[in-house]
Amino acid sequence: MSVAAQPLANDHVHEDGHHEPTFIEKYIFSTDHKMIAKQYLISGLIMGFIGIAMSMLMRLQLAWPNESFWIYEVLLGRFGEDGVMDPSIYLALSTIHGTIMIFYVLTAGLSGTFSNLLIPLQIGARDMASGFMNMLSFWLFFVSCVIIVSSFFVEAGPASSGWTVYPPLSALPQAIGGSGLGMTLWLVAITIFIASSLLGSLNYIVTVLNLRTEGMTMTRLPLTIWAFFVTAIIGVVSFPVLLAAGLLLLMDRSFGTSFFLSDIYIQGEVLSYQGGSPVLYEHLFWFLGHPEVYIVLLPALGITSEIIATNSRKPIFGYRAMIASILAIAFLSTVVWGHHMFVSGMNPFLGSVFTFTTLLIAIPSGVKAFNYITTLWKGNLQLNPGMLFSIGLVSTFVTGGLTGIILGDSTLDINVHDTYFVIAHFHLVMGISALYGLFAGIYHWFPKMFGRMMNKNLGYVHFWITAVGAYGIFFPMHFIGMAGLPRRYYKFTEFPYFDDLADTNILISVFAFITAGAQLFFVYNFIHSIFYGKKAEQNPWKSNTLEWTTPVKHIHGNWPGEIPKVYRWSYDYSKMNKEDTDYIIAGQDFVPQNVPIQENEEEMNE
Amino acid sequence: MTALLIIIVAALLGITIWQISKIFKLSQPIESDDSQIATNKDNQKQGKIFLIFTVFLYGLMIYSFWNLSKFYLPGGTSTHTDDYDQLFFISLGLIMFVQVIIQFLIHWFAYKYRGKEGQKALFYADNDKLEFIWTIIPVITLAALIIYGLFSWSEIMNVEETDDTLVVEIYAYQFDWRARYSGEDKTLGEANVRFIEGVNQLGLNESDPYAKDDIITNELHLPVDRPVLFKFRSQDVLHSAYFPFFRSQMNVVPGMTTQFGFTPTTTSKEIRNSEYMVEKVKNINEIRKNNDNLDSDEKNYEFEYYLLCNKICGVSHYNMQMKIVVETEEEYQNWIAEQQTFGELTAQN
Repeated sequence: MSVAAQPLANDHVHEDGHHEPTFIEKYIFSTDHKMIAKQYLISGLIMGFIGIAMSMLMRLQLAWPNESFWIYEVLLGRFGEDGVMDPSIYLALSTIHGTIMIFYVLTAGLSGTFSNLLIPLQIGARDMASGFMNMLSFWLFFVSCVIIVSSFFVEAGPASSGWTVYPPLSALPQAIGGSGLGMTLWLVAITIFIASSLLGSLNYIVTVLNLRTEGMTMTRLPLTIWAFFVTAIIGVVSFPVLLAAGLLLLMDRSFGTSFFLSDIYIQGEVLSYQGGSPVLYEHLFWFLGHPEVYIVLLPALGITSEIIATNSRKPIFGYRAMIASILAIAFLSTVVWGHHMFVSGMNPFLGSVFTFTTLLIAIPSGVKAFNYITTLWKGNLQLNPGMLFSIGLVSTFVTGGLTGIILGDSTLDINVHDTYFVIAHFHLVMGISALYGLFAGIYHWFPKMFGRMMNKNLGYVHFWITAVGAYGIFFPMHFIGMAGLPRRYYKFTEFPYFDDLADTNILISVFAFITAGAQLFFVYNFIHSIFYGKKAEQNPWKSNTLEWTTPVKHIHGNWPGEIPKVYRWSYDYSKMNKEDTDYIIAGQDFVPQNVPIQENEEEMNE
Repeated sequence: MTALLIIIVAALLGITIWQISKIFKLSQPIESDDSQIATNKDNQKQGKIFLIFTVFLYGLMIYSFWNLSKFYLPGGTSTHTDDYDQLFFISLGLIMFVQVIIQFLIHWFAYKYRGKEGQKALFYADNDKLEFIWTIIPVITLAALIIYGLFSWSEIMNVEETDDTLVVEIYAYQFDWRARYSGEDKTLGEANVRFIEGVNQLGLNESDPYAKDDIITNELHLPVDRPVLFKFRSQDVLHSAYFPFFRSQMNVVPGMTTQFGFTPTTTSKEIRNSEYMVEKVKNINEIRKNNDNLDSDEKNYEFEYYLLCNKICGVSHYNMQMKIVVETEEEYQNWIAEQQTFGELTAQN
């Protein structure tokens, strides 16, 4: 397939009349995948800044619940009058924080950036299958960002029924103010987001299947590409279900249907809804919601696979087992959604089934973690900032993943469901881990994106403060969860029983402020390096993958001449010649994918 | 004024970061290479920091278990509390065992194999035996956990209703709870939100004879050692009835009835006098004594069981609670006899 497609792609590049792209063509309505990747990255980072700022306000409120801070008034306006945070805006903050971080930062910001950047570059393609669709995908995402942020300026406040927006709370403006116009905007934003995500995902799938260069078989693909490819498939399978749930919810809200609502008496009147079930909504939502965890996580794992192998100067251990794990995780992720609903009132028998499938996911996840560790073993670790974040990811992925064994067990879930135990679990396993993946990717591919290097010392400071802070926030948080402390509470002082947890909450908040502050090192480093960073060489990390065979300066079509052919997998690091006297290429511990098999080399049985 | 302050703070912050970056630059020897790629020296330094970080991580874990594990809820309160706790601690022990080993390996390898000049990495791409081992060990352990968990799950969830079972309806609305007892006929009367009117706040069908002797209360009283079956009903949005002390939780869903059962085994009085609670309450009252926001009568806290809402339900979600009293059968009978029945309530009005 790929062989047939290639000559076509070769022909039209640089042959026909070329005109200089205008500013708008180059930076705004660009169809070049490298520019679109940068657009995704910068929008994603800005959204991340907003999302993290919201969590800081929440942590401030939770640490000192009965005190007033002028910052509330400045940032929240009439929801923070006299420096006292309004309970409704606390719920709004938690809702939009979740929505922004999960969808806008870790789905679009992570997958959008690196799928766009790396798929064509690593498989040896001139661009995405459809540059136009790719551009459309970004601009839909951008519109969606603007809408979700603008919902903060709605009079009754933005959506405030949790990021899962369970009806009836999300359907009835009488139940909470945010369920009025704010919720409508949320639904519109997410609908546009889903359209954007589908356009992007279809493009990624088609590109990986059809535009691989000669010799780039599926089993020679770098694990990054496998991860992006499978992520796109999960997205295509599950996002439409969320769209369906959103549309039905919209109809319940606006046209009086009763898909999710029944028997409701609110503010002194009985509503006419009859026969619907909120549990149906939960099923539909989590059919996306759980795969979404892996949509967030798999790209991060793919990125670290590549970075750990490169910086260990070793092949990734168990390449095929890694692919098998990705596929197993992808399949299992679509049959475990019920573990979010053990106590939702669904049939207890279903709880047993979902416990079984959920705990199965621990197996491929475990295989991945062990393979990473074995890759580190007897390596020659080049501790670049990207590598530090990748090692950090393995650590937080294990810590967060292990508590999943407790939450995935229907029995144990009963008492820790919706407590801070859950918050600690998913922040470590998907929040922090995926963010580490994002940072690792940025530090590693910054030279490819911007032609300059980021400052490594600022990178080190950024990593170590973040690593200490992230554990400082989320490890103790498990314990207040075990005390039965519920999530989404504006304050805990109504329960004297929780009084002795206040100190721990303050400790967590202090760690949170420090960690968030450390991100400023990154912001500075990122912006400064774009303009003043040291000029990058072509292959700074001595890496094997094809993106490092392109020139530093971005050109349309990626390679100035022919597209490189591929002769080997991407993990021939420190491979020795037959006589075991030197590396295959004397004095060079890596063999790029476009180097033919050498005479003195034993070929791997790929 | 505040706007000016913000600008000044932002500017100062910017200058701070700028200066910090300068310090980094200045602290570099002039001849050092500025390729921004980790050098041999960086590898040495970062590898050692990994070792220091390991100490921090293990210190944090030890601190948390040492100081914070006392927050774990008291045991012995209901029939399945101890089963639950046992499964919890077995799982926790297992995951901490794995955690301690794996975290050590990750960080130790990061230190041990830090890059050195002239060091060769081992080309080691695959080993089926190793892959098999770390697939099969989790399979066996998880199979054991799953089977254990499923036995407990079916025991907890399949509540059999006997003659002795007390059936109580827990009714949720924004933002409070009500309890409804079935009265002498041991049958809850029919109810639907469409019947809500005036004092009939729970929407009981007034023409249903079973409803007449139903008793509606603001507090939940439960006789000790008697199985209770809760039927949950909501009038507006999703709520979740969370009984942390009894290891019980069930969502309350408008339009349907959900259920959950347990048998309380420790009375409120007993738990208050337990070693765990005496110390906990003493500690809390110590904290409350120094809290200036409290009235003097709020400062003396006495433990009561409670039920709380654990599914986001609106602005006052954080304060949707109901007091639970577990008492002897005799005390319970005395209490229930004093309560007004639904029939009496409607007749009054």
